[in-house]
Amino acid sequence: MKRITTPSILLAAFILILTACSKDFDQATENWGPLKPTRTDANAGGWKTIILGSGSEIAVPAPSATTSPEYQAELQATKQALSAVTDEQKKAIAYWSAGGVLRWNEIMRELVAKYNLPTVVGADGVTYPIPDSNNPFSYPQFPFSNPPYASRSYAYVTAAQYDALVAAANYRKNYNRPAPYVVDATIKPLVPTTDQGTYPSEDAVLAAATLDIMKALFPTEIPYLEGKAAEHKNYRLWAGATVASDIAAGEALGKAVAAKFLARFKTDGMKNAVGNQVKWDSLAKRVSDQGETPWISLEHPVRPPMLPIFGKVKPWLFPASQLPNIRPPAPFKTGSAEIKAQLAEVKKEASSNDRKKLAIVHYWADGAGTYTPPGHWNYLAAEKFYQAQFSEVRTARGFALLNMAMMDAAISCWETKYTYFYPRPSQLDPSIKTLTGVPNFPAYTSGHSTFSGAAAAVLGYLFPESKNDFDNMAKEASLSRLYGGIHYRMDCDAGLKCGSIIGGFAVDRAKGDGGE
Amino acid sequence: MINKIKFTLLLLLCIVGAAQAQSVTDGVFMPKNSFCGGFTYTHDQWRNYWEGTFKRENLNLGNVSTQNVAIMAVYGVTNRLNVVLGAPYVFTHASAGTLSGLKGLQDLNLALKFKALDIQALGGQLVASAVGGFTTPLTNYTPDFLPLSIGLQSRTLYGRGLVYFQHASGLTLTLQGAYIRRNNIQLDRIAYFTTQQVNSREVAIPDMANYSARAGYYTYRFAAEAFYEHNESLGGFDIRRNDMPFPANNMDATRVGLLMHYRIKALADLQLVGMAARVVAGRNMGQSSTFTFGIMKALDFNKTEKKEK
Repeated sequence: MKRITTPSILLAAFILILTACSKDFDQATENWGPLKPTRTDANAGGWKTIILGSGSEIAVPAPSATTSPEYQAELQATKQALSAVTDEQKKAIAYWSAGGVLRWNEIMRELVAKYNLPTVVGADGVTYPIPDSNNPFSYPQFPFSNPPYASRSYAYVTAAQYDALVAAANYRKNYNRPAPYVVDATIKPLVPTTDQGTYPSEDAVLAAATLDIMKALFPTEIPYLEGKAAEHKNYRLWAGATVASDIAAGEALGKAVAAKFLARFKTDGMKNAVGNQVKWDSLAKRVSDQGETPWISLEHPVRPPMLPIFGKVKPWLFPASQLPNIRPPAPFKTGSAEIKAQLAEVKKEASSNDRKKLAIVHYWADGAGTYTPPGHWNYLAAEKFYQAQFSEVRTARGFALLNMAMMDAAISCWETKYTYFYPRPSQLDPSIKTLTGVPNFPAYTSGHSTFSGAAAAVLGYLFPESKNDFDNMAKEASLSRLYGGIHYRMDCDAGLKCGSIIGGFAVDRAKGDGGE
Repeated sequence: MINKIKFTLLLLLCIVGAAQAQSVTDGVFMPKNSFCGGFTYTHDQWRNYWEGTFKRENLNLGNVSTQNVAIMAVYGVTNRLNVVLGAPYVFTHASAGTLSGLKGLQDLNLALKFKALDIQALGGQLVASAVGGFTTPLTNYTPDFLPLSIGLQSRTLYGRGLVYFQHASGLTLTLQGAYIRRNNIQLDRIAYFTTQQVNSREVAIPDMANYSARAGYYTYRFAAEAFYEHNESLGGFDIRRNDMPFPANNMDATRVGLLMHYRIKALADLQLVGMAARVVAGRNMGQSSTFTFGIMKALDFNKTEKKEK
């Protein structure tokens, strides 16, 4: 009997262990505490704006005096809200007080990842349906937030956030309306205090500007986005740190800024970026007429190339007429000895069975279903901005510089890809098997490399002490595409160099924008 | 002589469909101080798979095959306590598209199998047993390249209960149920999307339940049993439309199959085992067909003569 009971007890203990331990874990940014900027950037209202003429272009009416009955009534409402704050509101306060720009950046990355999936071939087994912004809910859902689409999304949202916060800073300084807890010392706010003016509300400006652009980018997510924006603009009121008219003025300003950006957004050439069969065929013909092997899709069934006319979208940091000057020189001929050597290197890398290199491939892959390479760099930048405790407007500046550079990198890279229409390694040598998905567009130059070169240039400028780290990361991101078997070394080298030049344009802008 | 035996074995392997030595899911025990070991070869292939509950094929994958060569061993510590050990070397391959197959040593499986009850009842022998075991990855293979990863990289602990009945006529029935605790894993990347964005390398892998029933005919020399088996993820999410599978998917599968073994008298009771199975229903899994061949050899360190049943 003893022989039965001992193991039975062991078994019971074992089953307890099986089910007892928790699988919960903390995410990277989940427990970020409230932002306490190392520099207040109270003079940011004078920084150089991107689309607005200046921080004062859009008029904001003067606020009522803190002694006025209107203000006093609002102050009472804020006190009331603070005293009745719910657990759910406290959660919102903890979440948003880490930084509105940072949180919206996360939300945006999430939506990019959510919509970054290529469509399934249609019922005819040949044609791929194209997502339609006028019919976003039916399959294929709009958008397909692939890397160019994502780069543009990040750029518009963060550039608008920057202009909106510069405008807000301008009026906050000029009107200098004190915070509720300054007016009434009995108020103990649930967020860090500031001696800066609270009119208009920085959060409301940011929430409104972001919301209107995000609605255009992700039209099926409007209820979700509106919920987030409502929480964002109100959380400081719940926390006893702002009043209703701060929010109303902020919301109006944010919407006006968004409208300016949306006017550019609708006319920047994106709507023609998909092209059509005639355009797709002409791209291949131009290359084959020169006796070269044109790119063909490696997908089954053959899929039209991703956004071949994205190279004609309007850049932020340089005139479109500069594109041919920025474009890297022609790649090696498809039949050349040089490309045979490059192919051999790709094959060697992809079949090396090197676990460390595979980790590099997958760390940087950022393929379908993810926030894309620009999203990855936003993530890395977000951590850096938060660690440095950048103010909201400085964080927005950093993201705007980064994302304008990366969108321009996408424009230049796509212009290059569809000029040369160069085959992927697995097209020229079908025995090359890849360690990540082969993107459905030409090889030369590497998008990852171009994005990363641009990102490292911007981040290395913002954080000179980390410049080497960012450069090394960009190199690694670039080479990850060679290790994965989807790019030649020439794609990586040329892309990295070109991206670095484009990042330099953002640095030039930053040097003169007043935020240095 | 040895070469001749090897040749005969290979020949027999090709001719005799035999059964997988599923030592942790059967009711059979090795006696004290005896050992049974061998290897198996398994080939699993699917073309259609379930994206969530939607069944489809993917022309960019074609037929996805997973092969493995596994060693396994069972040792009788006592007549009622066996130790089971196994480890496979896995190869994956997709017949279409550009994605590379992967290969490598996968997970070690180590289990204790305890006979809690062994009585004569209902005109036969009734055995109830319990298995507790764990699996742990033997190499740092990537779990994040499904469907071509060789495994999920999760350390697991499992508890299993079995009831085995063998009628005097040789007819058998086995009922088996298990709970598999699966630990979180780490990816090479810093963020991923499930039903929402997760900013972490860590992935929570849902636990699994597994149950099966098998029935057939068993003698020491020869056995043939049919089985029905179900694996159920206790959590996880569905593959999105046209996304790739992910280790934390809600992977369910129902399989039916046949198990056989045969011990060759002329070769000192060398045991051939075989299994053939087919997934009949699933979720976030391939509809695979699987077959296994194996060779097992029992050694009795007591030097007592093995009696045929």
